[in-house]
Amino acid sequence: MSLDPELLARLQFAFTVSFHIIFPSFTIGTAAFIATLLVRWIATGQEHLRRLAQFWTKIFAVSFAMGVVSGLVLSYQFGTNWSRFSVVVGNVIGPMIGYEVLMAFFLEATFLGVMLFGWQRVPPWLHVMAAICVAVGTALSAFWILSANSWMQTPTGHEVRNGIAYPLDWLTVIFNPSFFYRLPHMLTAAYLTTSLVVLAVGARYILAGRHQTEARTMMHMGIGMLAILGPLQILIGDQHGLNTLKYQPAKIAAIEAHWDGSKPGELVLFAWPDAKTETNLFQIAIPHAGSLILTHSFDGLYPGLKDFPPADRPPLVLPFFAFRAMVGIGVLMAAAGLFGAWLWWRGTLLQTRWYLVMMANAWWLGFVAVICGWIVTETGRQPWVAYGILRTADALSPVSAASIATTLILFIVVYTIVFAMGIYYINRLIAKGPEGRAVAPPELGTPARPLSANLEAGAEVLSGRPPG
Amino acid sequence: MEWYLPVIWAALIGTAVAMYVILDGFDLGVGILFPYARSETERDQMMNSVAPFWDGNETWLVLGGGGLLVAFPGAYAVIMPAFYLPVIVMLLALVLRGVAFEFRWVAASSKPYWNAAFAFGSTLAALCQGVILGGLIEGVKVENGAFAGGSFDWATPFSLLCALAVASGYALLGATWLILKTDAEVAARARAQARPLLLAVLAFMAVVSLWTPIAFERVATRWFSIPNILFLWPVPFVTALIAYFNWRWIAEREVLPFLASIALFLLGYLGLVISVFPYLVPPTLTVWQTAAVPASQVFMLLGTIGLLPLILCYTGFVYWLFRGKVREGEGYH
Repeated sequence: MSLDPELLARLQFAFTVSFHIIFPSFTIGTAAFIATLLVRWIATGQEHLRRLAQFWTKIFAVSFAMGVVSGLVLSYQFGTNWSRFSVVVGNVIGPMIGYEVLMAFFLEATFLGVMLFGWQRVPPWLHVMAAICVAVGTALSAFWILSANSWMQTPTGHEVRNGIAYPLDWLTVIFNPSFFYRLPHMLTAAYLTTSLVVLAVGARYILAGRHQTEARTMMHMGIGMLAILGPLQILIGDQHGLNTLKYQPAKIAAIEAHWDGSKPGELVLFAWPDAKTETNLFQIAIPHAGSLILTHSFDGLYPGLKDFPPADRPPLVLPFFAFRAMVGIGVLMAAAGLFGAWLWWRGTLLQTRWYLVMMANAWWLGFVAVICGWIVTETGRQPWVAYGILRTADALSPVSAASIATTLILFIVVYTIVFAMGIYYINRLIAKGPEGRAVAPPELGTPARPLSANLEAGAEVLSGRPPG
Repeated sequence: MEWYLPVIWAALIGTAVAMYVILDGFDLGVGILFPYARSETERDQMMNSVAPFWDGNETWLVLGGGGLLVAFPGAYAVIMPAFYLPVIVMLLALVLRGVAFEFRWVAASSKPYWNAAFAFGSTLAALCQGVILGGLIEGVKVENGAFAGGSFDWATPFSLLCALAVASGYALLGATWLILKTDAEVAARARAQARPLLLAVLAFMAVVSLWTPIAFERVATRWFSIPNILFLWPVPFVTALIAYFNWRWIAEREVLPFLASIALFLLGYLGLVISVFPYLVPPTLTVWQTAAVPASQVFMLLGTIGLLPLILCYTGFVYWLFRGKVREGEGYH
């Protein structure tokens, strides 16, 4: 069996980038959450807000470290695995990555030190400022990365000469047509993902009868965010879809499993899109609903897959199913937020046990939605890596398949260990709860013994057995 | 403009790499020396001395890689595939030692594994960086502007020598950093380690200085032709002078050994730059051949002029904030 370097390189990038996106989608939200807690603490003086901020800072630190190191990998993979990509679009993409590093990465990484270690070194206002800098840094980071990605999806402001892209107008490059939809969509997704995790941790404590004051704050803030941002995200997503239809119709056709562009589109609820027969197997669909959503008219037409030569069609199965998973989770999250808000308004939120149990176990949903969303947009762009400029197959480095396979295995081994341990440790921090030093004397903070009796007691309450 | 821009960018990226080598150098160095600590308290002290800084330090590596992509996509697209395995192994090593910073505090029974991961990752990353450096000095096979060599072209005696040189240099930076930031047994051990490390570094510098002009004619011409040698002789002279003083300072001073070690690193770096400039990918591709178009370089330059001083200011501020010896039990854990 001979190994296909393109497939291996794509697998490797898909693996490392999917692993990476988990952490930004959590840390963008967590940084903002911590900054908000600290600002509220400064404003009201309520001690439990500071305890909460300190507690989430620990979780943030673990996830941020994983985000930093996995992001570092990506900035080199453009060259190691996709050197033709770097040559062909480097003139345009390069500065956007550069601005991300200079404007955002340094800001977050440097002030993270103050945020983590500055509790006793700096006055409270400066500490809050550091937390705000980190939160702003993470969002700025998203700005530049999403701009670069959007340009790869909907390139504008450049010209291609001899197969190389040259920038013409930087503002048009940065603020390309899909950027205004993609950035809010991703930022909202990050804030939603974090909100659900915060809500889940709050629900977990309410159920365990621990940290009630902190748990209530977490539940209220989490539900508030979900109830507002959940519906908003559905709206943004809809607009993003219309934008994609305008600029990347083949992607929409693949998402909708819409073959024949001469007929009004159905809304395909389930099917197995089959490339050979150019039809959907096992289809369940609502007639005309696709046209209604995408063209806002009953008989509206939009391109189908058959309008594109097979070589220009994206893969079918991944965008189709990932899209449905993403939308399904998005709707669930909005519903959970609205229903929670209704319970809160009625005053029965903390007594509605089934809701608390569901929320406590739903923490991972946002991450799955984010990964699915990226699968949709990245596989839906294929066979192009830079839409209309460079095909993925032409973007490869002159590297042997054996090298790529070896490093792919190494990535899988190392990332699996790191990820499993990261989740385990974060869970352990959550089991320990927001106590730590804010209530205990400083010597408890001696890093040599972070696992106090406290933690073991906490873990017992939650899991029914001592840890480790 | 077409001539100056790539030179300015080469200077900027050179600065970023120098910043990286010094800043991440000492924190990788602390990792290399990690196995010699005798107790968890000592390891805590060592790790706490670098914990507030390592994220910021590693960002310079992103800037080095990102900057190369921005300003010299032609070189980036050759160097990365040429050093495919060492680059990716280095990144994975940095992943391991990076998460070890955070995981170690939370871990209980698995703590020894993260101690090992921190030491192993730091050492491996340093060795890989040395291999890449050595391989780059030796030269990369290029055809039509693309890498045209094999997967293991970098595996030569010279690049392995450079790997050991970089690792011992980082260890020297780490040891002198520990002299500066810690006290009691940790600092005493660092002083004891710093002298042999200094000797090792000097030996490696001497071997590289002899090897490169003998093996590569372009290096010999650069250094020993008239009038070059008249301008360049102070480089080895100053290096020897600083090394001599560093040897004395290591025994009794707190700050000077670290500063002197940085100076040694910068001089070694300067020597390499003198040897290879204007080639970014010796012996074929120069900074001008691999440069991005002026529009891209100018756009990025404007941002860099504004942002780099700001970054240096707040980086300096954070180092100042955490000045002095490591305080026991400080942190967020």
